Amino acid sequence: MGESAVIAGQVFNGISVASILLLAALGLALSFGLMDVINMAHGEMLMVGGYLSYLTCKFVHGPFAFLFALVVAFVGACVLGALVEVSVVRSLYGRPLDTLLATWGVSLILQQGARSIFGAIGDEVTAPQWLNGSIALHHGFLSGVNLPYVRIFIILLAAVVLVGVAVFIARSRWGMLLRAVHQDREMAEALGVNTRMVDLVVFALGTGVAGLAGSALALIAPVTPTVGQSYIVYAFLVVIVGGLGSVLGITLAALLIGLFSAGAQIFTSVSLADVFLLLMVVAFIQFRPKGIIVRRSRAIEET
Amino acid sequence: MLEGVCAAYGESQVLYDIHLHIESGEAVTLLGRNGVGKTTLLRTIVGLHPASRGKVCFDNEEISKLPAYERVRKGIGYVPQGRGIFPHLTVEENLRMGLAALGGRGKSARHSVPDHVYELFPALRQMRRRKGGVLSGGEQQQLAIGRALVTRPKLLILDEPTEGIQPSIVQQIEQAINDIRAELRIAVLLVEQYLDFAWAIADRFYVMRAGRVVDQGKTKGRDAETVAHLLKV
Ligand SMILES: Nc1ncnc2c1ncn2[C@@H]1O[C@H](COP(=O)(O)OP(=O)(O)O)[C@@H](O)[C@H]1O
Ligand SMILES: [Mg+2]
Repeated sequence: MGESAVIAGQVFNGISVASILLLAALGLALSFGLMDVINMAHGEMLMVGGYLSYLTCKFVHGPFAFLFALVVAFVGACVLGALVEVSVVRSLYGRPLDTLLATWGVSLILQQGARSIFGAIGDEVTAPQWLNGSIALHHGFLSGVNLPYVRIFIILLAAVVLVGVAVFIARSRWGMLLRAVHQDREMAEALGVNTRMVDLVVFALGTGVAGLAGSALALIAPVTPTVGQSYIVYAFLVVIVGGLGSVLGITLAALLIGLFSAGAQIFTSVSLADVFLLLMVVAFIQFRPKGIIVRRSRAIEET
Repeated sequence: MLEGVCAAYGESQVLYDIHLHIESGEAVTLLGRNGVGKTTLLRTIVGLHPASRGKVCFDNEEISKLPAYERVRKGIGYVPQGRGIFPHLTVEENLRMGLAALGGRGKSARHSVPDHVYELFPALRQMRRRKGGVLSGGEQQQLAIGRALVTRPKLLILDEPTEGIQPSIVQQIEQAINDIRAELRIAVLLVEQYLDFAWAIADRFYVMRAGRVVDQGKTKGRDAETVAHLLKV
C-alpha cells in the first residue's frame, strides 16, 4: 500500500468521523444559538441512540432492521430531549451556569442508568448484511484503499440529515419561527409565537439528531455508557470553531476537526493527535476570537 | 381597559396607577415627552413587561396573567418603537410571522399573506422577496404596520410610528391608518410626539408625565397647541 493510499484511507476515515461529529454538534449549536443553553447531557443522547439501536436490532430482524433502529433512535432521543427540556432546562431559563450544572447531573444519571441496565462492557450492533463489504480500489495511485460500505453509509446519512435540517430551517413554517425567535425573541412573542414551544421543538430536534449520531456510531464501535463523553468534547470543539448557529460553519468545522485528528493519527498516536487538535483549536480562537460573537450577525438564517 | 397599572424596572418605579380606557373602534393617542413611560405602558399591555400592580383587561376579560403570545392572539396588533422587523427574514416572511397570532388556527391562512395588507401598502408587494433589514425606515414602518394587521386585530397599538420617517411616508401611513379604521373599525392606541399626526387620527388623548396620566380629553374642539404646552418641561 502506497503512502498516498494510506493518506487517502485516513481522509476517508476522517470524513466518516466528521459525519458523526457533525450530527452530534448540530443539536448543540442549535440549542445554544437559540436559547443560550449548553446541554451537558447532549453526549448521552448519542449513547441513548446507540443503545436504542442495539435493542431494536436485537428484537427486530430482517435486512432493514437497522433502518428501523435509526427511526427508533431518533424518536427516542427526541422524546428524552423534550423531557430534559421541560423538566430541567426550562425552569432554569436565563441561568446558564445552573443549566450547565443541572444538565451535567442529568448526564451522570443517564450514564449510571445505562451502566445498571446494560453493564459497563460495550454492546455491539451488527451491521446488516447489505452494509458488509467495501469498495476496494485497485488502480492508480490510490490502489489498496478500502472504503467500507458502513462508513459510506454514515457519510450519506449525515449528508441527508444535514440537508434535511437546512431545508427545515430555510423552508418550513417551524423553521421560519425558529429564525424569527433567534433574531428577535421578544418581537416573535409579541406577534403571537409561543417561543417556549419553539425552544422545545428545536431542543428535541437537536437531541434527536444526536440520537441518529449514536445510531451511526453503533455501527462502527461498541456502545458503552460513556460513549457520549468521548464524542461530546469534539462536538463542543466543532461548535466553537464553527461559529454557533451556522449550519455551514459547523459542517466545515466538523470536516476540519475530523480530518485533522485522522490526519494527525498517521504521524503520531491517538492521544498525541488530541493534543495537537486542542492546540489547533486554541490557535484558531486566537486568530478568530470573534468565533462566538459572530453568531449574532451571521446567525442561523444564513445557513 | 387599564386599571391602576403600576410597573417598575427592578427597584425604580416607572408607571404609577395608570387608568386608561379605549372603546372598541375608538382611536386614542397617548402623549408625553421622552422617558415618561409610554413605551413601558404599551409593553405592559402587550405582556412584554410585568405589571407590578393593577389589571389589564381586553374585551371585558382580564389578561394580566397571560403570557404575551396569548394576549396578542386575542386580537392585538403591536408595532413597537423601532419597528421590530426581523432583519434576515424576507418582507413576505415578516408578514407571515404576523399569522402566528392565529396560533395555528385556520389551515389556509397559515401560509399566505392576505391581500388586504398588500392593498393597504402596495409597495410591500414589490419588495416581498427582499430582506427586512435592507428596507428604509419608512418601508420598515409600513411593513411593521402591515404585519400587525395581517390577522385583522381588534386593537392596533403603535409606538411612535413617525419617528425618524420622511414626511411623504408619514402622509401615507396616516392615510392607511384612517382607511383601515374606516374599513375594519379597529381600535387604535397611538403613542406619538408628533401632535398633528396624532390629532389627525385620534378621537381622544391622554397626556403622561413622569409615569402618571396628567390630562385627558377629546381631540375634537381641543386645540393641539394647548396640549403642546403640557408636553414641555
Ligand atoms: N430596560 C430598561 N431598564 C431600566 N429602565 C428603563 C428601561 N427602559 C426604560 N427605562 C426607564 O423607564 C422610563 C420610561 O421609559 P419609556 O417607557 O421608554 O419612556 P418613553 O417611551 O415615554 O420615552 C425612563 O426613565 C427610562 O429610563
Ligand atoms: Mg418610547
